[in-house]
Amino acid sequence: MKHFRSIGLALAATFAVSQAGAQELTGTLKNIKDTGAITLGFRDSSIPFSYLDDNQKPVGFAMDICYKIVDAVKKELKLDKLEVKLNPVTSATRIPLMANGTIDLECGSTTNNAERQKQVAFTNTHFLTASRYVFKKSSGLKSIDDLKGKTVVSTAGTTNIKQLTEANVAKSLGANIIPAKDHAEAFLMVETDRAVAFVMDDILLASLVAGSKSPDDYAVSKDAFSKPEPYGIMLRKDDAAFKKVVDAATAALYTSGEAQKIYDKWFTAKIPPKGLNLNTPISAELKNEFAKPSDSPNPDDYK
Amino acid sequence: MNYNWNWGIFFQPNPMGTGTYLDMLLSGLVLTLKTAALAWVIALITGSLVGVMRTLPSKGANWFGFAYVEFFRNMPLLVQLFLWFFVLPELLPKGAGTWLKQLPNAPFWTAAIGVGFFMSARVAVQLQAGIGSLPRGQKMAATALGLTTAQGYRYVLLPMAFRIILPPLTSEFLNTIKNTAVAITIGLLELTGQARSMQEFSFQVFEAFTAATLLYLLVNAVVVTAMRFLERWVAIPGYITGK
Repeated sequence: MKHFRSIGLALAATFAVSQAGAQELTGTLKNIKDTGAITLGFRDSSIPFSYLDDNQKPVGFAMDICYKIVDAVKKELKLDKLEVKLNPVTSATRIPLMANGTIDLECGSTTNNAERQKQVAFTNTHFLTASRYVFKKSSGLKSIDDLKGKTVVSTAGTTNIKQLTEANVAKSLGANIIPAKDHAEAFLMVETDRAVAFVMDDILLASLVAGSKSPDDYAVSKDAFSKPEPYGIMLRKDDAAFKKVVDAATAALYTSGEAQKIYDKWFTAKIPPKGLNLNTPISAELKNEFAKPSDSPNPDDYK
Repeated sequence: MNYNWNWGIFFQPNPMGTGTYLDMLLSGLVLTLKTAALAWVIALITGSLVGVMRTLPSKGANWFGFAYVEFFRNMPLLVQLFLWFFVLPELLPKGAGTWLKQLPNAPFWTAAIGVGFFMSARVAVQLQAGIGSLPRGQKMAATALGLTTAQGYRYVLLPMAFRIILPPLTSEFLNTIKNTAVAITIGLLELTGQARSMQEFSFQVFEAFTAATLLYLLVNAVVVTAMRFLERWVAIPGYITGK
């Protein structure tokens, strides 16, 4: 009986929505309309995705995409003005702040994977990155096999340390794996010779190298520990109406070619605050993804 | 709040392939206890020595004790661990520095020794206060009995002083356990570190930290109970610490 009633209610709701159209707002969209504000979560040092410039203002590739989403939301809700609030997040706070409604979108470098999709939703992928390692050129490490018996560092709690652990077993490297608190510290371990290599998303390694004291001393490996994994802008789970707007906005941005311009601005040109150039042209996989936007957490879908 | 609670997460396999998420947290707990135990041994021994030095008649010993306590007490533990782990090896001769850096389990030893020294300054102050709280006559009586200064401390002053400071020492021990959490900054995956890893892998933040909180509470409850027994066991009837 109860089932019939809920089916009936669902049907009634469907009709109500189709008849009343966009007037019946729910979830995040309703909240944004009611408050006239949308809140973006940003990271303070996720270069070049989301970080603070010299005016302490969050900028970056993911921030630019988020502002495009904000424009689309504004248009969808037919608002004259939409206030954008900015809220800093860390990897430890992004989930609680998303769950309790403090932030509506997280604009950073968060890997979209199946396990995390149990807790949050992601819009179309904005970057693909594989696990590689950075090393001092003087140490002459050519391939993953050269890491045999060496001390290797990665950041605790990342998918990268998991892949490193798996490779260590699979290839019987016998490497001594040490976890670091964050990327900066892990890189410091390579800088001070505590570890010979740091395994991380290649793009983050490129930005750490570009920002180091002597960028010429370091190189990022050709060998990868994983297929390129997707980064996505994070939003609340089970909010289909809002996700639809966000997905449409990112899809339009990516397929129009405008995304390529934004990409070039952050990855192949000088970026604030220090004028670093990451020199990372767009990969074939990402180009493909931009042509056919996808929010899949599965790396195999991005070939 | 739009949060997907999942208490079953603890029994799901962790992505490191080392069993379940619960196993991950428990391995962190073991590391926390090991670190805390070693740190506490260091803190008690060094702290006692320095505490005694601060009450000795010798000016030099006093001065050393004072400098030691102020050095270790006034610098945040986080900064100290960073200094020991990252800065110290760079200041040593190259060979020694490299040896130190390539030591197996370097984060564990650094954390245990670093937390131990930090806590030893606090133990020293407690012990100094304990000795200072004894009636002046006790020291004189010991001398009158023909005991040397060392014997006076060994047989008269220290047994009383330690009984008096046992309750505050309990709280220092609890602090030692909690302070090991700082060791995640040098890559030691103790309980807090594993809880953080768990939340990064699964995004189940609240479950991870709830479990860590409960485990810390459990350990603290065990320590408090054990110390109550110890206090009762060493109590001398008729003294301020006895009934």
